Amino acid sequence: MFTKFANWNVAIIGVTIAVLIIAAATVDNFGTAQNFGFLILDLLPIALVALPMTLVIVTGEIDLSVASTLGLSSAVMGYLWNQNQPIETIIPLCLLLGAVLGAVNGFFVTVLGLPSLAVTIGTLALYRGLAFVVLGDGAVADFPAQYTDWVTGNIGGTSIPNVLIVIVILAAVFGVILHATPVGRAVFAVGASEQAARFAGVRPGRLKFWLYVVSGVVAGLAGLLWTLRYSSARADNGAGLELAVVAAVLLGGVSIFGGKGALPGVIAGVLLLASLQNALRLSDVSNEALNVVTGVLLIVSVLAPNLATAVRSSLQRRRHRPEPL
Amino acid sequence: MTFRISRRMAVPLSTVAVVSLALTACGGGTTKSSSSGDTSGAAATTAAKADPNAPLKEGLKIAYLPKQLNNPYTDVEVGGGKVAVGEIKGDYKLVGPNDASASSQVSYINTLIQQQQDVIVVAANDPNAVCPSLNQARKAGIKVVSFDSDASKDCRDAFINQATTQGIGESLVKMASELAGGAGEIAVLSATPNATNQNSWIEVMKTELAKPENAKLKLVKVAYGNDDDQKSFTEAQGLLQSYPKLKVIVSPTTVGIAAASRYVSASSYKGKVAITGLGLPNQMRQYVKDGTVKKFALWNPADIGYLAAYAGAALKSGQITGAEGEKFKAGKLGEYTVGAAGEIVLGPPTEFTAANIDKFDF
Repeated sequence: MFTKFANWNVAIIGVTIAVLIIAAATVDNFGTAQNFGFLILDLLPIALVALPMTLVIVTGEIDLSVASTLGLSSAVMGYLWNQNQPIETIIPLCLLLGAVLGAVNGFFVTVLGLPSLAVTIGTLALYRGLAFVVLGDGAVADFPAQYTDWVTGNIGGTSIPNVLIVIVILAAVFGVILHATPVGRAVFAVGASEQAARFAGVRPGRLKFWLYVVSGVVAGLAGLLWTLRYSSARADNGAGLELAVVAAVLLGGVSIFGGKGALPGVIAGVLLLASLQNALRLSDVSNEALNVVTGVLLIVSVLAPNLATAVRSSLQRRRHRPEPL
Repeated sequence: MTFRISRRMAVPLSTVAVVSLALTACGGGTTKSSSSGDTSGAAATTAAKADPNAPLKEGLKIAYLPKQLNNPYTDVEVGGGKVAVGEIKGDYKLVGPNDASASSQVSYINTLIQQQQDVIVVAANDPNAVCPSLNQARKAGIKVVSFDSDASKDCRDAFINQATTQGIGESLVKMASELAGGAGEIAVLSATPNATNQNSWIEVMKTELAKPENAKLKLVKVAYGNDDDQKSFTEAQGLLQSYPKLKVIVSPTTVGIAAASRYVSASSYKGKVAITGLGLPNQMRQYVKDGTVKKFALWNPADIGYLAAYAGAALKSGQITGAEGEKFKAGKLGEYTVGAAGEIVLGPPTEFTAANIDKFDF
């Protein structure tokens, strides 16, 4: 399963490196240390949420409620801060909230057996609605400086952002889980064939349930970091982010039908999307053109593997066709 | 049937990515800058003291970051900015998100820092979310001017305020008094009962009406049209039926004034009852032309963008630092004085009449 997609991984990583090199060579100010910091901060929420999303999509499900979970976590954070709760209490509470919201998704998908697309579109609206109930359309801003400074700051005197540590640690954890543990093998097995996985002793329902919980926790964490980064807790934070996340995951070579994918490709996908946007903006490209580029990339990324297979098999058929006399 | 071929696909894929990158880079850009060379001085150093006699620098890179792009009102504002940047021989640039969400402006600010702009003129979607990056910009020597919607006071150098509450309230009463001939009944058609800006204007109006020179004017009612066209229309109708001696309806909302004008223009009250308030010239043009409305007011959005460019240039040239009491010249608009907390007020609203309305397109 892994080797099958290793080629796409190599391709997407290659494209990403190529884009980075070309952008650094041709776009003014792209290759600066400061821009690197901005780039990491910009891709932070997408990168985090994409990690559990990869596992969810590999099992053949989807979680579209992540951005709303992020927003609700941010709103609750602002609300509690307004109630003079210490931030050290708020942080675990918001992570717990994420877990609960994820568990609600998991319950509907695995216990009631509803399609995850429908469930998480529902909770996408529900959680966002709750966020507005909690905080209205106001904003809470005065979070403690040592926290906001850490999120926007760099490691020591370098220009490496602190939050890169969070991304690297979580990426490593999710990478190891997916590619080097029985849990990861079960994730691929369920995505390839739930029936077969069940015969092999995997409990797909339980596995999926916990994936949704993890997805919720990470979305809650992304909400905390988002709020601290912008010093602004708002109910509309992260609106629309779920599409960017799914886009990055698919671009990273994960099959929307489940069963196939690898984390290095997803990381490259996130980096590719973020650096393309960054480079195009620095070149004063309009938003509309930027959207077109992203859209074309995504269509190509979904089409390419299928197209490749089709071309290959048609070539093979032609090769094996008996020569006319 | 493996995906071995996808390695071959890497080449076309990367070609597509690179080509689209190249195409869009040459194609529709958001910048209108002529890239007329280096910034004079490239001064990142901030003069601690204002020097009102400092020459206005040429070639300043001034970037506008409105709440969102493709909004007709915003287009007029930044249009005025473009004119001003042209006058001071600077480089004009317009960037912005397609959605007015709180944090979407931050990566644009970061991009502008990278591009070493001299001035960022921003209408903040969230006064705090933009703060860390605006302060990063200021640390890099960029002057930050907010307009329309202020950023937090501690992360911008100056704020262009379209008009003060006092100025708008006074202007509404002045127009009502002129239209009523100094005496008679007037009514207000507002938006919602809890609209903060509407209520504060109405408060100022009441204070003004209490003054001796307005003693013969009588405010008979404040009606609410909820900024809904139909509701405003029926409320205007109701006012005219309930108060037969009514001389003027003052509607300080663009929805209300248009709806009231539409009713009066097609009724027997036309020519007997005057309508005034705050409106958009494009919406009001026909009622001004057909004589229903003699005059109404609004700040000129183009002037907001225009003033912001001059304020930014004055900051970057060291003429002002954003401290209270400093003065600078803003082209055709004349001299301005910086108010408390770096606030620069555009001035009293512009009055629109049959004589000048065709000069405005917004």
